[in-house]
Amino acid sequence: MQETNQSMQVEKFYYDNKIVKAFGYATVIFGIVGMIVGLWAAIQMYYPAISLNLAPTTFGRLRPLHTNAIIFAFVGNASFAGIYYSLQRLCKARMWSDKLSWIHFWGWQLIIVAAAITLPLGLNNGAEYAELIWPIDIAIALVWIIFGINMFGTIIKRREKHLYVAIWFYIATWVTVALLHIVRSIELPYSATGSYSWYAGVQDALVQWWYGHNAVAFFLTTPVLWLMYYFLPKAANRPVYSNRLSIIHFWSLIFIYIWAGPHHLLYTALPDWAQSLGVVFSIMLIMPSWGGMLNGLFTLRGAWDKVREDPVLKFMVVAITCYGMATFEGPLLSLKSVNAISHFSDWTIGHVHIGGLGWNGFMAFAILYYMIPKMWGTSLYSKKLATNHFWLGTIGIIIYAVPLYWAGFEQSLMWKQFTPEGQLRFDFMQTVTNIKYMYVARSVGGTLYLIGAFIMVYNLYKTIAKGTFIPNEAAEAAPIVKAVSQKKEYWHRVIERKPLTMLVLSLILVAIGGLVQMIPTFLVKSNVPTIASVKPYTPLELQGRDIYVREGCYTCHSQMIRPFRDEVARYGEYSKAGEFVYDHPFQWGSKRTGPD
Amino acid sequence: MKFINYLEKVSGVDIIGLISLTIFFLFFVVMLTWVFKTKKKDFIEVSNIPLDNQH
Repeated sequence: MQETNQSMQVEKFYYDNKIVKAFGYATVIFGIVGMIVGLWAAIQMYYPAISLNLAPTTFGRLRPLHTNAIIFAFVGNASFAGIYYSLQRLCKARMWSDKLSWIHFWGWQLIIVAAAITLPLGLNNGAEYAELIWPIDIAIALVWIIFGINMFGTIIKRREKHLYVAIWFYIATWVTVALLHIVRSIELPYSATGSYSWYAGVQDALVQWWYGHNAVAFFLTTPVLWLMYYFLPKAANRPVYSNRLSIIHFWSLIFIYIWAGPHHLLYTALPDWAQSLGVVFSIMLIMPSWGGMLNGLFTLRGAWDKVREDPVLKFMVVAITCYGMATFEGPLLSLKSVNAISHFSDWTIGHVHIGGLGWNGFMAFAILYYMIPKMWGTSLYSKKLATNHFWLGTIGIIIYAVPLYWAGFEQSLMWKQFTPEGQLRFDFMQTVTNIKYMYVARSVGGTLYLIGAFIMVYNLYKTIAKGTFIPNEAAEAAPIVKAVSQKKEYWHRVIERKPLTMLVLSLILVAIGGLVQMIPTFLVKSNVPTIASVKPYTPLELQGRDIYVREGCYTCHSQMIRPFRDEVARYGEYSKAGEFVYDHPFQWGSKRTGPD
Repeated sequence: MKFINYLEKVSGVDIIGLISLTIFFLFFVVMLTWVFKTKKKDFIEVSNIPLDNQH
């Protein structure tokens, strides 16, 4: 390598900690709010009076508020705090523009506040995890672009030649979330707050679960993986177990994930081939997921004694283990025979909370416990309190999830039972009252988890009180020199240095899966066999549908009769694709708390 | 509904299956070539990036 003398000069610069602090505070505040709303909704399952008999606080309106708050406000803000902290340090550069950082911060918080006002008012699109009304959808797109410009600006002006694996995850996440959000949000506004999905019926269902599944992948998984790839090596003070495995993990995860969406629609009126494609890719998905999990856990090889001492590592170990459990369970639930039992039952809720409480929540807590003492130039106020938080949280997750698995199994099997005379053995209502105590247990688990979070708030408050905030952290590094390589480099080493190439490659890769599934479903006019008796909705029927969507009825009911003996006996002839050609949006739901 | 129905209704749509399989196969071939042609030294250098500074 040849370097000029001038370029050897070390530059002084400052990391922006203020923006990390802001996102960190937002994580804590919205995390607590989101969890309280979740608990509130959970208690309504066995004690409906707690809805206060007010429309805005009924289950159908609180549930979208809970999911949106946890996904976009809690995990979203935690990921942003993590990226603003780690990106600067991995690039050895301050963020490209402080102004854009703050527009991103305040824009995102305004979106959250707007969601918290509109969802309880019943302003809802009726698409799970994409419920927000169209003006907010546009705001999300704008703020996301601003975030992207700032991120790429920082990556381009970096002082570190190679892009660490966490940065790949930032890039893939940014581009994929943009793609998912835009495709899912194409809708026809009919008023300042109302709109109908552009797609209808089966096509809307395919777009929805392509979106919904990959929101889990690219908003709740890849951002949390970047937290793992940066903060775990930092906390354990050793490099990631295998960078080779990181590369395999990254590329196969983003490539395979995008195909698996149809596993949310097994046995529905979605065309059979699309269902099968979803199953096959879901099963393959276990390999990259477990590759990532093992890469995380093996990073601790020879350092397990530190886990005993350090609360940050404790949280991370359970988080990564929960990631492994959830990503093992995911492919399992995608098998058609398992899905026939699990789908529409509480099993699904148990599954997502292993991911939500364990993987996302614990990783968010871990990075808060790591970053806050560092940014305030002090140590954690009490390791003991953090350990108490850890145990309350862990026990809370178990008491939350196990009763729901039990409830899911039991209720689903009860639905399917027949008497020797060929009659359904149980009324729907009997199957619900039978699992009431499981719902009580679940809310106890949730309460323990929430108490743990309050302990964290106190602990962080005391830590902040004893330290002094360092708004601008001094650092120094040499700028990148234009290296003239004496030997030929492999092409991938070149890609590793080029963020825009990485962006384009990621986009192409994630586009493939979606295109393969969507093109045949959209291309053919006759892809949905029409049924002569199915006519467009009358104005009165449409108004009824609007009320159904507004009240979040899809959170507990399904408009989808699967071709099972018990469902046909209970609800009538099974659903066919042609019945839904006028449904903008489709309302098949994903949980059957009440009968259809 | 089986995929075969689509084959009958869209001209040339069968190519989608072939293209998908080819892309799928090539993706893994390219990735594994990449990974196994890289020297361990390069990997160690990159994986130490987060530990470079003590912040």
